[in-house]
Order: sequence, then C-alpha cells, then structure tokens
Amino acid sequence: MAHQTIRDILADHPAFLGFDGAALDLIAGCGRNMRYRAGELLFREGDAAETVVILRHGDAAIELAAPGRGPLRVESLHPGDIVDWSWLLPPCRAMSDARAVTDVAAIALDARCVLDKCDEHTELGYRLFRLWLPHLARRVRMQRLQLLDLYGAHAR
Amino acid sequence: MPAEAAISGSMRPQPYRVTEVLRELDDVVTLRLAAEDRAPLPFRPGQFNMLYAFATGEIPVSISGDPSRPDELLHTVRRVGAVSSALAQLERGAVLGLRGPFGSHWPVETERGRHLLFVAGGLGLAPLRPAICRALARRADYAGITLVLGARSPREILYAWQLAGWAAAGAMKIHVCVDHAGPEWGGPVGVVTSQFPRALDGIAPDRVSAFLCGPEIMMRHGCGDLEHLGIHPERMWISMERNMKCATGLCGHCQFGADFVCRDGPVFRYRRVRRPLGIREV
Repeated sequence: MAHQTIRDILADHPAFLGFDGAALDLIAGCGRNMRYRAGELLFREGDAAETVVILRHGDAAIELAAPGRGPLRVESLHPGDIVDWSWLLPPCRAMSDARAVTDVAAIALDARCVLDKCDEHTELGYRLFRLWLPHLARRVRMQRLQLLDLYGAHAR
Repeated sequence: MPAEAAISGSMRPQPYRVTEVLRELDDVVTLRLAAEDRAPLPFRPGQFNMLYAFATGEIPVSISGDPSRPDELLHTVRRVGAVSSALAQLERGAVLGLRGPFGSHWPVETERGRHLLFVAGGLGLAPLRPAICRALARRADYAGITLVLGARSPREILYAWQLAGWAAAGAMKIHVCVDHAGPEWGGPVGVVTSQFPRALDGIAPDRVSAFLCGPEIMMRHGCGDLEHLGIHPERMWISMERNMKCATGLCGHCQFGADFVCRDGPVFRYRRVRRPLGIREV
C-alpha cells in the first residue's frame, strides 16, 4: 500500500474540500498525523491551544467537568469535524476537555504555523474562513437547539 | 325530568379498563387498556384517542402500540398537567373513558420500496412506534428502515428495552443521541438532527421517506435539514400537537392555519404545513 503523505490525506479530507492545490501545499507543511486510544484525552480545559485537531477516523467528545458530577459529555464529534476553535481566539486556551470515544486518527496542524501562513498568504486565510466557518456555524446552531432542553416536561 | 341529551358516538367516552401499567421513565407510564364490553379497537399508526380521567378531564393521547395487536391498546403518558397526572396515577384495574381513534395516520403503506427514516425526539417515539411496528412487520416491502432518536440523557430514553430488541433483530438501523451524558455513554451527544448525515450515509435522498415526531422546533429544524440533504418535502411527514378538545373538527381549539389538527392531522405532509410552521402567530 502506497504511503500517504499529509498532503494526500488533506486532499481526501472533507474539511479541505474546496482548497486548491497551492493551499493544500501550504497547509500540509503545518500538519502531522496523530492517534489517540479510546478514552484518551486529546486536550484538557486550560491547555494551551496550539494545535488544530481534525478527525479522520473514530469519534471524540467535548466534555465539561462540573464539581461533584464528573465530566459531562456535551457534544460528539465525528470524522470530518474540527475538534475545537480555541487555537484561533485569544487567549488560545482550550475551553473544554476533548476525549477520544473510540480509537481516533486525526490530523494535527500546528496552529501558529497555520496562522502565520494565513497572514502571509491572505487568499489562504480567506479560503479557510469561507470553508471552515460553515462548520463552526452548524455546530453553534446545534448547540442552541441543545440549550432549549427540547425533550423536557415542557416540550411541545 | 329533562330528556336525556343525545350524544353522538364520537363524543361519547366508552369505558376501558387498565390491564397493565408500564413504568417507562420517572414521569412517563404506558397504560395497557382493554374494552369493557366490546371488540378490540382497530387503529392506524399515528392516530390518537381522547382519554378521560373521570372527574378530572380529557386529553388527546397517541396510540403507541402495535396496530396488529389492537387487543393490546397502549397509550404512553407523561405527567405534565392535571389530566395527564391523573391518568399516570391510574393503577391496574382502574377504568377510564376513551373516545377514538381520531385523526390521520403515518402513510408507511404508500411508501413501499423506499427507505423509511423515522426521526423521534423524546416522547415523539410513542406516536411513531405503531408505524415502526407496521414497517418492521413488512420489512421486505422497504429498501431499508432507519430510526434516529433523540433523548435528554441516557436514562431518559423511551422504550429502551424495545430499542435493544429492535437492534438485536437487525431489521432496522438505530441511531440514538442524547443532549448530555456522562463518560459511560458511548453513543453520540448532540441534537437529533446532528445524526442525519451519518444515518443517511450511502442512501440516495430521493429514495427516502421521512416521518418525524417530537417537539415542534425539532421537527421544523429537522425537516429543514433533511430538505437540505436532498429529501423532498413531499416525502416528509410530521405529527403536530395543538390544543385538541373535541377531536372531531368542530370546536376549533386546534386550528392550525387552514387545518384542524384533530381532524386533518395530527400527521401532516410537511409540504402542506411548512409555511404555517414558520408563522409564529399560528
């Protein structure tokens, strides 16, 4: 079986659909493969958010810890999902835990590297904004619905 | 002494005895009912009965059992108001009043050859269960059957025992997701609509017929998302809930746009109600 480069992996990944060859070349230089065992933390709340983690295989979950209640699982993530956005927003600290629910294969992009390349190549930054923002918007909409406690006793 | 007022058949509650009370969730029970002195009540999936708790009042409750077993007439009730609480407190042997069945039904029989997608949120599985039973009984008639179910948490999944049986039988793909969970839950966490891409993976959207039941906002967003994924509004049905009183389209309490939910619904083709669903005043 032929060895897949990071660029090959990016070219096949749904999060990079719409990126042209030049953009993939730039991003690939920031990436590496990561694997996590089921149950392993991808990152913990408060960690420096220095990596863009994008799922390739397996499922992960966003968890929040509450005193006396243990970790609460609030969102599931699946292949194609970008796990977190804290790397983009100061103070660049993870706002939650992320845990592998199954064995996970992921692409890990060095966030500083990505941001520097976006500064240097503004077209790449614009493309990343256009193609990744819908992903973020979809998750925000889902979480708004979750906030409604739709299935509670007052459900109608 | 005044003459006895004439009450038409559809308005006269008939006595039914509670033969079993199944405790489903902390605040949800299923009542198994049997007619006191008449034949079992045939019904179609998605229809409802008016259940009358004597001295308290009457509410509409979907029939939640297998339509091939009308002798086991099931209704799943959540304790919310005075009447539902009175019904949920009934014990085996108690008698209640019943009118029905009323309303439109899930048209699973006209969708033969297609992939059936059932989408239920919370107690929305109760009105869908008869349609699922009917479809599973005629599994060979359909290209596939998928159930996507949303619940608040793993311990609030309705009919969990039956889901396990359905999953073991393997005739239907089941995706259950919850709003929140502890780490012991290995399934997905999120709103039910977040599971659509996985549930429909590999299925041509033009072959899918979708049946949704749950909170109205879930159905509104769910139908919108399914339409975005390529499922035609003509091939989606939802079950509406409004303030149903007479159940015969006379009193007007359940008016929804040009329709009465009790008479023209509760099951509507999505295309028919898409516009009024977006009007807040309706």
